[in-house]
Amino acid sequence: MSVPTDQPAIIERQHFQRLIDALIRKGYRVIGPVVRDGAIVYDELAALDDLPQGWTDEQDGGVYRLKRRADDALFGYAVGPHSWKKFLHPPHLRLWQARRNADGAEFTAETEPPPRFAFIGVRSCELHAIAIQDKVFLQGSYVDPTYQARREQAFIVAVNCGQAGGTCFCVSMNTGPQATFGFDLALTEVIEGDRHYFVAEAGTDRGAELLRELSARQAGDEERRQAAQTVARTAQQMGRTMDTHDIKALLYRNHEHPRWDDVANRCLTCANCTMVCPTCFCTTVEDTTNLTGEHAERWRRWDSCFTLDFSYIHGGSVRVSTKARYRQWMTHKLASWIDQFGTSGCVGCGRCITWCPVGIDITEEVRAIRESEAEQ
Amino acid sequence: MAKRKPKLAVWKFASCDGCQLSLLDCEDELLAVAGAVDIAYFPEASSRMVKGPYDLSLVEGSITTPHDAERIQQVRQSSKHLVTIGACATAGGIQALRNFSDVKEFARIVYARPEYISTLARSTPIAEHVRVDFELRGCPINKHQLLEVINALLHGRKPNTPAHSVCVECKLRGNVCLMVAHGTPCLGPVTHAGCGALCPTYDRGCYGCFGPMETPNTGALNQQLVQLGMTPPEVMRVYRSFNAEAFRKESESHGE
Ligand code: SF4
Ligand code: SF4
Ligand code: SF4
Ligand code: SF4
Repeated sequence: MSVPTDQPAIIERQHFQRLIDALIRKGYRVIGPVVRDGAIVYDELAALDDLPQGWTDEQDGGVYRLKRRADDALFGYAVGPHSWKKFLHPPHLRLWQARRNADGAEFTAETEPPPRFAFIGVRSCELHAIAIQDKVFLQGSYVDPTYQARREQAFIVAVNCGQAGGTCFCVSMNTGPQATFGFDLALTEVIEGDRHYFVAEAGTDRGAELLRELSARQAGDEERRQAAQTVARTAQQMGRTMDTHDIKALLYRNHEHPRWDDVANRCLTCANCTMVCPTCFCTTVEDTTNLTGEHAERWRRWDSCFTLDFSYIHGGSVRVSTKARYRQWMTHKLASWIDQFGTSGCVGCGRCITWCPVGIDITEEVRAIRESEAEQ
Repeated sequence: MAKRKPKLAVWKFASCDGCQLSLLDCEDELLAVAGAVDIAYFPEASSRMVKGPYDLSLVEGSITTPHDAERIQQVRQSSKHLVTIGACATAGGIQALRNFSDVKEFARIVYARPEYISTLARSTPIAEHVRVDFELRGCPINKHQLLEVINALLHGRKPNTPAHSVCVECKLRGNVCLMVAHGTPCLGPVTHAGCGALCPTYDRGCYGCFGPMETPNTGALNQQLVQLGMTPPEVMRVYRSFNAEAFRKESESHGE
């Protein structure tokens, strides 16, 4: 992506609808945060009113609650149960269809044109998660065409976090809270007295062009200072921390450790953590037939290393115990991912902590193993 | 040359008929089913009763009487494939609550002439009596899963009926977790998938009607249920429903 082209600009709160309108006009399906069923999830946006104005969230291990804010912030919450992977790497996807004919079978690839998404409200940790999935799906020997088509077209409006969540630890993972790459536009929401505005920075030419279309004026020094302060404040509020020093070697040398048995007693193998994790990418395929056997389809769906089927090979599952499954997950996220893809597989978004029904906390599990070494 | 259509039979033992109705509920697909198989014996739907042997028998209900214990042997003998459908046939059903108390005592209280009642002390799943080729979970079963199993058997492939938690289905649908976001107790993490997370989708915690998932850690879940405000007897009772026998261990660990 090209370097920022223009100076930061100002979008007034009362003009925010223009941004949504401009994206819709350009043919994007605009996706952003909306309040649904007691949480802030990502869904289609038509108007400003759909945004979670005045809402925030309180998060802890296994707990998430929506709360009213004292102000009218549009992005005054941390990340929720959904991530953008649901759009770029859909949970269910038909890969092909086949029809029986005289010579055997005739296969048809999927030809649906990919949706053109504009994402509003992408956080810094999420930009890092998307970059990690880019490595998985686009930069290896095999490119995933569905991901590629959706990803290449997506227009990304990032939002610098104005408040950290109770389970966030992006500062530890070096992934936030300031968006530094991977966006078309990045916004910082500022509420100061009776002023409410966004400092907008373009990350690409098309981002800069959009700012020009909105005739956004240049940001003044004071406004830029306010924005910088907002993000700096967030960095001080992290709900969790993780010491990542030497983490790969730490986990490799503790492949056998009593803490794995301890967490296995608490873990439900329910797979929620992997489903909500924005970097987890595993899938399985299911073949279906119709009753006459004339028509078959192959579907792909999200899978998880917490299921027995995941490691099933001829004769049985490789990771039968809960211990083996939790260890696989955490060691992959924090250690073997580095060998496989050159970065950590964890961006510190905290979702796996919040959305684990029993509140198992990856930062705590690392801490316990690390501290046990210090004691020796 | 027309291939002979496989013969299908549907049998009822101690049950409520809900699972058989799932087959009739297939509406759009029912004609296709009737086209693909010969519905030879299905008293709930048709008075036409063709004699066995059958290629596929769907068995609903549990074994609760000496007569049924014999009848299931005959069903097995006349069936190439035997698939149990629903919590009764697969786990003993709600009527397996008798397994936790004295059925003679019940009969004495309820019936004027208890000596007329011929019943077994326990309600047992079909697999305790005969070999079962496939067990389909649910109270009632999910009609898409039923079609999937029939389909898979017809074409000699493995049915897609994963044994992981209901949570996976909940997340695939994009639901917001009730336990985490509302503090609503939910058995989804220990329950076998198949319903498509029906109850959580309608804002109700899972009741566990598909029975235990592949590796249920009920001990850990129960601690959470208690934290969410359930008392130990309440925890015991949530496991004493459609799959009381399959969840026996978990309910017994939470006594009075
Ligand atoms: S492992 Fe947990 S904290 Fe890390 S990226 Fe995944 S969900 Fe977020
Ligand atoms: S860590 Fe939590 S969310 Fe993940 S499988 Fe275990 S219990 Fe489920
Ligand atoms: S609502 Fe229940 S089934 Fe759904 S994710 Fe939460 S615990 Fe699992
Ligand atoms: S969510 Fe639970 S109780 Fe509800 S239908 Fe599914 S398995 Fe049954």
